[in-house]
Amino acid sequence: MTERLHNTLIGAIQADGLLTRRYALWRRIKDVLFRWLVNVGGLLIIAAIGLIFVYLLYVVVPLFRGASAEPGAAYPLAGAEPPLALVLDEYGEIGFSVAADGRYRFFRTDSGAEIASGTLLDRVGVRLTAAATTEPAQGIVALGDSEGGVRLLRLAYDLNYPDGKRQITPRLEYPYGAEPIMVGEQPLLRLAARADEDAATMITADATGRLQLTRLERRENQFTGEVQLERIAGVLPEIPALIRELVLDPTQRSLFVLDATGTLHLFDVTDQAAPQPIDAVDVRTGAAEITALGLLSGGLSLVLGDAAGRLEQWFAVRDEHNRYTLRRVREFPALPTAISGIVPEHYRKGFVAFDRGGSFGIYHATAERQLEHQPLAHPMAAAALAPRADRLLAVHADRSAQLWAIDNRHPEVSWRALWGKVWYESRAEPEFIWQSSSASADFEPKYSLTPLAFGSLKAAFYSMLFAVPLAILGAMYTAYFMNPRLRHFVKPSIEIMAALPTVILGFLAGLWLAPFIERNLLGTFLLLLSLPLACLLGSLLWARLPEALTQRTRPGLEALLLLPLFLGTGWLCLRLGIPLEAALFDGNLPHWVTERLGLGFDQRNSLVVGIAVGVAVIPTIFSISEDAIYEVPRHLTVGSLALGATRWQTMLRVVLLTASPGIFSAVMIGLGRAVGETMIVLMATGNTPIMDMNLFQGLRALSANIAVEMPEAEVDSTHYRILFLAALVLFSVTFLFNTVAELVRQRLRQRYSNL
Amino acid sequence: MHGPRQNWMQSGAPWIWLTAGAVSVSLLIVFGLLGLIIWNGLGHFWPAPVAAFASDRGATQVLGQITGEETVPRHILTDAGEPVPEGMMLVRRYLVKSGNRELQGADFAWYVEPAMGPISFPADAVVLEREDWGNFYGYLVAIKEQGVTLAADAALWPELTARLARRHELRDRVRSIERDAIGAINYALEQLRLDRRTLELAGNAGAAELEAITVRERALEQRYATQAAELATLRQELARDALVIRTAAGAEVELPLTKIVRAYRPNAMGLFAKLGHYAGKVHEFILDDPREANTEGGIFPAIFGTVLLVIVMSIFVTPLGIIAAVYLREYARQNLLTRLVRIAVNNLAGVPSIVYGVFGLGFFVYFLGGSIDQLFYAERLPIPTFGTPGMLWSSLTLALLTVPVVIVATEEGLTRVPRAIREGSLALGATQAETLLRTVLPMATPAMITGLILAVARAAGEVAPLMMVGVVKLAPALPLDGNPPFLHLDRKFMHLGFHIYDVGFQSPNVEAARPLVYATALLLVLVIVTLNLAAIALRQRLRKAYSAADT
Repeated sequence: MTERLHNTLIGAIQADGLLTRRYALWRRIKDVLFRWLVNVGGLLIIAAIGLIFVYLLYVVVPLFRGASAEPGAAYPLAGAEPPLALVLDEYGEIGFSVAADGRYRFFRTDSGAEIASGTLLDRVGVRLTAAATTEPAQGIVALGDSEGGVRLLRLAYDLNYPDGKRQITPRLEYPYGAEPIMVGEQPLLRLAARADEDAATMITADATGRLQLTRLERRENQFTGEVQLERIAGVLPEIPALIRELVLDPTQRSLFVLDATGTLHLFDVTDQAAPQPIDAVDVRTGAAEITALGLLSGGLSLVLGDAAGRLEQWFAVRDEHNRYTLRRVREFPALPTAISGIVPEHYRKGFVAFDRGGSFGIYHATAERQLEHQPLAHPMAAAALAPRADRLLAVHADRSAQLWAIDNRHPEVSWRALWGKVWYESRAEPEFIWQSSSASADFEPKYSLTPLAFGSLKAAFYSMLFAVPLAILGAMYTAYFMNPRLRHFVKPSIEIMAALPTVILGFLAGLWLAPFIERNLLGTFLLLLSLPLACLLGSLLWARLPEALTQRTRPGLEALLLLPLFLGTGWLCLRLGIPLEAALFDGNLPHWVTERLGLGFDQRNSLVVGIAVGVAVIPTIFSISEDAIYEVPRHLTVGSLALGATRWQTMLRVVLLTASPGIFSAVMIGLGRAVGETMIVLMATGNTPIMDMNLFQGLRALSANIAVEMPEAEVDSTHYRILFLAALVLFSVTFLFNTVAELVRQRLRQRYSNL
Repeated sequence: MHGPRQNWMQSGAPWIWLTAGAVSVSLLIVFGLLGLIIWNGLGHFWPAPVAAFASDRGATQVLGQITGEETVPRHILTDAGEPVPEGMMLVRRYLVKSGNRELQGADFAWYVEPAMGPISFPADAVVLEREDWGNFYGYLVAIKEQGVTLAADAALWPELTARLARRHELRDRVRSIERDAIGAINYALEQLRLDRRTLELAGNAGAAELEAITVRERALEQRYATQAAELATLRQELARDALVIRTAAGAEVELPLTKIVRAYRPNAMGLFAKLGHYAGKVHEFILDDPREANTEGGIFPAIFGTVLLVIVMSIFVTPLGIIAAVYLREYARQNLLTRLVRIAVNNLAGVPSIVYGVFGLGFFVYFLGGSIDQLFYAERLPIPTFGTPGMLWSSLTLALLTVPVVIVATEEGLTRVPRAIREGSLALGATQAETLLRTVLPMATPAMITGLILAVARAAGEVAPLMMVGVVKLAPALPLDGNPPFLHLDRKFMHLGFHIYDVGFQSPNVEAARPLVYATALLLVLVIVTLNLAAIALRQRLRKAYSAADT
């Protein structure tokens, strides 16, 4: 019996031991698991936070990469003669070439395989002598022949998707008739042409040096659908020298003529019957002959290449008398030898230039940037860019062809284009401009971040001007002079303002404060000036009050005593403002500011932003500097007072000095908040990107710009990445401010603990 | 001897008063702002009396609610071509909401005092709130049923009230059919379309499966036809009544009753009637959908969106923040690196919120969302599911934005747990995990809750990042509804803060929208201030509790 009991007990104890051991093991496992969870989780979360910076950088970096050009297929180009004109289709898959003997070919650019071919000339003895191509949307190729005729062809591409694969069938169309348009009897040596759905304009030069303009206008009969062509002819003023190049802009209004003396002529051919000369300039640098010329997309700028390998951009600039003059705008990094060709991109302000020595470069005009430079085995004789600028077909002197794959996604960006002054097309001088989009496709995007950064700083400056004195003085009083019981109430009250959503502050600033200030501008200024005076007045009055009364009041309630005084002052200032404005400023100070001072006045101006953002940062600065002042060790102040310093002297010489690093960090953090503030600047300004410190005008801040444009930016476009760059700038700046502030604060804390 | 004046300067008293002035100004700003929002926000719902007066020296009759007045210098008026009597430097003018937009073009106008006749408040002036075109002001003349005028007698007003009640009831039924029944059918049809597409994509579309889908589509279409027929009858019922209203100018206008949301006669209302009206308007504001491009009606979807956003965000941010804080405080070796990480985390709280929005858009929406769509929602492409801004990405972005707040608060709570408690627990043989889970974390719970409350308060008021990652001015459907899987985190949503921005700044009729914006702002401020006060109170109590535990 006892034995059985004994055995049971032993068994139980053994089992219990086993259980305990198991349990201990389980506890250990749990501990390790938990440790793992926390370690991995914690590190992951911290990494996720770091990811923000990394990801922003990851999106931004491609902006600053150059272009790359990779050689692809190489093959001999068919035909007996070198091409007179070379055109690629939208995808860069199909090439079109036409030679002086009239043979044209469509071929695959990746193999040289012929797709279609034929001849344009039906009689022996006639040869093609000049060619001009237009922008890809029109797809027109104009060809002048040795008998004074011009042929206008359109390259048409039919898209098909048999079994889901893209198939392009090219064909020729003759929108202005298959018969050549006769403009004279002499061989046409130079030709410029543009055409659209309604009209075609051709400028021709023959051996006599006469420049002739021919325009065809299509008239469609509304009822029969029959097309009639109306012909207008004009003669351009005589140019004494041999004509080298002719270029007409896509709007068919401006004609650029380069002659053998190196003079560039600009004509206005809007009135085709009577073309007007605008300007003529010698564009050579030194004696170097101009050897190549290209019109950038948009038709406003010319790129000229000379015998020394120099590349320059020229465009017409309008002066104050509304006169246009041709100006040298910028120079690009040169190629080693004489430039033999310039091929502009079709949608961007970029171009490819190649030289006689055998190298080519990829450039962008606005960014003033050489994105790529490659030496070649053979010099190029001719080249064509695909409309998307991702393929380049080069033809060499020996008629061998080489296809290049070009990766050039963000040529518009360079350090100078982002932060420096840039001379944009049709502007009188280099400027800082932010204008990221426009209705027209060939517009020059203006990505200068300077006006936006300036806007952010301007908003921050005015808001700090408003917030810093209020917050720091307030912190001094609250921490040091205020009645402790009142302090318990006042501090959280001001701090709660930090939690006020900025969208509400922005709404009040834009829809309540801005009209209010516009109505009471003088009153507002009176108020800002008279409030400090009211404090002094309060102090003086208090000193004059009988001591029996002042002694009985607890100290540290001045802030409360001032409230009614301030309300009275405010009421008085606003009451007086309007009649005073009527008496002194013709009744309307904003109007007066515009008329008499010549300053612009917006209702939503920097004054409003300064106050609103100021209100948003007051609690931050107040709270941190109040803590810094409050934590100044008591024995320092008590010592100072015991030595006979007044309370104010102690404040200035002991407390402020000791707490100054804390106050500095408070201002830094406030500044960081002001620079990055979004909703207030978005709602309380007109968001115009101007560079002007004028208090009465608006601004466009980096942050607000992101908020406005980000939803519309196409993913991975240059615009999108630049907005990411703006975010990265904001991130870095505020992070820097905050880190400095935090380091200063930590040192201060250490100093206090040492004291 | 110093004179009293010199004494006063030397004591530094003026400067002390100057610092006091700074505090007073700050206080005035705080309470002034709150007062401004409260006054304008609460005033929105009060039935303002309808004033009738002649303007332009009797040339026009005006009927409307006076919503503002100001004194302006004469030249502002003379510049605008308004005649002002000689010798008058300052002129009073009134902003009057006289509605009737389809007749007058604008529903707000300024009237200059010198040109105004005496103001009266006719008891029979009626305000009609409509589904579109804004308010209508006038006098009730008759009620028509099927185009036939009912006998006009003294009981016109009660009759209108009764018919309006019938209209509301019918309208509710229409809405419930439109939104719930037909909404569910459309949703089911869309799901079937996607099922079909999935089968097609998989390439092994069995005829039987496709047939089954077609059969179900037929059934749904039939159900749709029944519902549509019922809708048509209800709409016909609704179109029965109309009322005839005489405007201030004397023109008689016939308005279909179905378009009228509310009719009241503010000048004839007693205090209790006005209070009742007030309560009704508040009820509508909080629980109804917006009307008229968000400038009228309620803001329920915005409230709902904000609340759901904050809840989803809390679900993300709480564990993340706590784990990071526990790691930093309890597990990580305390060295320079941890110090730097701590500084970095602290500083992230100061990084502009728009930066988080940009990150959220690029990383969450386009990168993560795009990948999710490719992997799991290929049948819906090219229409994106998660590869477009939505609730999930918004709450994740906000979680990232507020995680520093939670980390800092939790760390502070962990630091405040006395060492003795930790050591006691370890001495009794508890593992580190047990010590943390059973003693330290429970003691730090209030600190975590404080952190969470602060995070929620910050998230609720944040707008800039949301504009990029998911908020819209008008969401077609709530992110939570009766169609499985019930919670649709891929949907876009409405938000109180964005509502303020959008209605205040993007709507064509700012004057009409302003009161609603004030009311929305008031609601948002109330929520946020309450949350913050709760956090402050909790923190105070916490500090007291620990200072007791320390001693």
